Amino acid sequence: MSAPRSLFDKLWDTHVVVPESEDAPAILFIDLHLVHEVTSPQAFAVLEERGLKVRRPDLTQATLDHSTPTLPADADGRLPYATEAAERQVHQLEANCAKHGIDLLGLDDARRGIVHVIGPEMGLTQPGKTIVCGDSHTSTHGAFGALAFGIGTTEVGHVLATQCVLQRKPKSMRITFEGALSPGVGAKDMALAMIAQIGADGGQGYAVEFAGEAVEALSMEGRMTLCNMAIEAGARVGMIAPDETTFAYLEGRERAPQGEDWDAAVARWRELPSDPDASFDKEVTVDAAAIRSMITYGVSPDAAAPVTGNAPAPANDSEREAAEYMRFAADRPFAEAKVDRVFIGSCTNSRLSDLREAAEVMRGRTVADGVTALIVPGSEAIRQQAEAEGLDAIFTDAGAEWRLPGCSMCIAMNGDQGAPGELVVSTSNRNFVGRQGKGVRTVLAGPATAAACAIAGHIADPSQYISTEARDAA
Amino acid sequence: MQPDPFTRLEARTLVVRQSNIDTDQIIPARFLTTTTREGLGANAFYDWRYTGDDQPKNASPFPVAGAGDRQVLVAGPNFGCGSSREHAPWALLDYGFRAVVSSDIADIFKSNSLKNGLLPVEVDAETHAALLERPGVAIAIDLEECTLTTEDGIEASFTVEPFARRCLLDGVDPLGHILAHDAQITAYEAAA
Repeated sequence: MSAPRSLFDKLWDTHVVVPESEDAPAILFIDLHLVHEVTSPQAFAVLEERGLKVRRPDLTQATLDHSTPTLPADADGRLPYATEAAERQVHQLEANCAKHGIDLLGLDDARRGIVHVIGPEMGLTQPGKTIVCGDSHTSTHGAFGALAFGIGTTEVGHVLATQCVLQRKPKSMRITFEGALSPGVGAKDMALAMIAQIGADGGQGYAVEFAGEAVEALSMEGRMTLCNMAIEAGARVGMIAPDETTFAYLEGRERAPQGEDWDAAVARWRELPSDPDASFDKEVTVDAAAIRSMITYGVSPDAAAPVTGNAPAPANDSEREAAEYMRFAADRPFAEAKVDRVFIGSCTNSRLSDLREAAEVMRGRTVADGVTALIVPGSEAIRQQAEAEGLDAIFTDAGAEWRLPGCSMCIAMNGDQGAPGELVVSTSNRNFVGRQGKGVRTVLAGPATAAACAIAGHIADPSQYISTEARDAA
Repeated sequence: MQPDPFTRLEARTLVVRQSNIDTDQIIPARFLTTTTREGLGANAFYDWRYTGDDQPKNASPFPVAGAGDRQVLVAGPNFGCGSSREHAPWALLDYGFRAVVSSDIADIFKSNSLKNGLLPVEVDAETHAALLERPGVAIAIDLEECTLTTEDGIEASFTVEPFARRCLLDGVDPLGHILAHDAQITAYEAAA
């Protein structure tokens, strides 16, 4: 009998081309390489310099998301790029993909969207796959029971040329959410509570598996939100065992296996969850029932607390600097802080369920005076579904802006950003200094909380805006 | 592109004490629209060095002109967290740093740095605390011996992933290493 293995062990073992030794890391085969415009140009340039071609264009999918405008083209058909450099970068990826035979979801493609949104949506992201991308939020795809992690541009070049990466096997950690979530609490709240508990470097060096009743109860979209934030705890890999929820999400999607292949794939995928006696280098438990709607109050994602609480007094120099930047008064309720801008979007929270959650809060209400609210769907497919459901009308009737898909204000490199000093409540993943524009103070939150802040005009608990029936149905 | 070989570095330190210095601090996202890796030092720690209207900040720990002889950046824990942008080590190198020392350095940044000849050095908490107290101290980092010593007697050892160390010391090319296993990759693909 072989030793019990974890989900991570199984995926690692089946993808080793050359095992690791003391001298060299393992050579690991990659089943899906996702590419976007920002971290790929220098990698394609290396192929050029060395006279190499893309080994497996069939396992490579490119999209445009980071530098792309979220406003439509003008009357002459010109897109409002933030800079000429941004436009050049987009054209560079178009040229690189054309040259190397890589499928690119171009600007007019009805499937285009944020790289971590389109992979799952197209059915490319599947249990048992190894998935990489030059983007730290690649951990998102782990929600399907895939081994997915972010890489740098040099490694993007390695994968383009060889379909492999050099990797040392990381340590393993299981984070078990015990008990059920309270009504109105979502995956983003779980992620922020988990990061607050283990710290922004708590997962460093580990591949993390999320488990437990509250994780199993999550939709695929919620699971993606949780795995997306693994990197904010320092873990490159966050993963969840595939189950009926996973299979139901994937069945019938464009690039998912079809017919007999589907049945065979599901049979294989059922073998992937961690064996009952699998061991982990570290085990952590999180009390899911105790989690409340969360926000961040500092400049690192682990500075998170329940939205109904008070800002804690800083305990050291780093926290004091963060508190000065964020301007939350110590021991005063967060609710006293006035909000200038709200962003609902990003690879963390731009999926249909996120938009529905925000719309539930905004329906029939108005964004407070002085607050700008930006709603950016994660993909063209989500935009179309949301518009078919009338979500866009709920947002625009409330006074929010409904934009075209992209990373937008999460990374703020396409021109969508806050002004210096503004307090921005954002459903994205990073509250770093200046991340959403110079001097911008970012508060991370889930979609319902962000929407509630837009309506209230200050930091607000979403529960006051959600009907009991809607909560019970959620 | 092969980085310059790294064997032994003798320089001075530049200290920033903050924890969790993320790659958005090292190079803000608005500078990522570049399609080359050259010249990014001008944007390294940009918002720490310049005001909102692009004037040099007097109080910045980072000189406008570059790192000079302070080629070793000593920083608080969890340095390099956040985005996977390789522009971060490109910018630090171009600014003039050759090594980063902390008690703990984020995984992707560490991996990216090693591939470009910026040596990430993780030291024990005591050494780290001592280095944070000695801005500008003369320091020697020896990759052959994996030791760090200062002029005033701090001595510490560190570990570097053996393959990355060999790449830096001997100029081994990681992509060449993978390409040399082409037959195994082909066999793996055929079996899949």
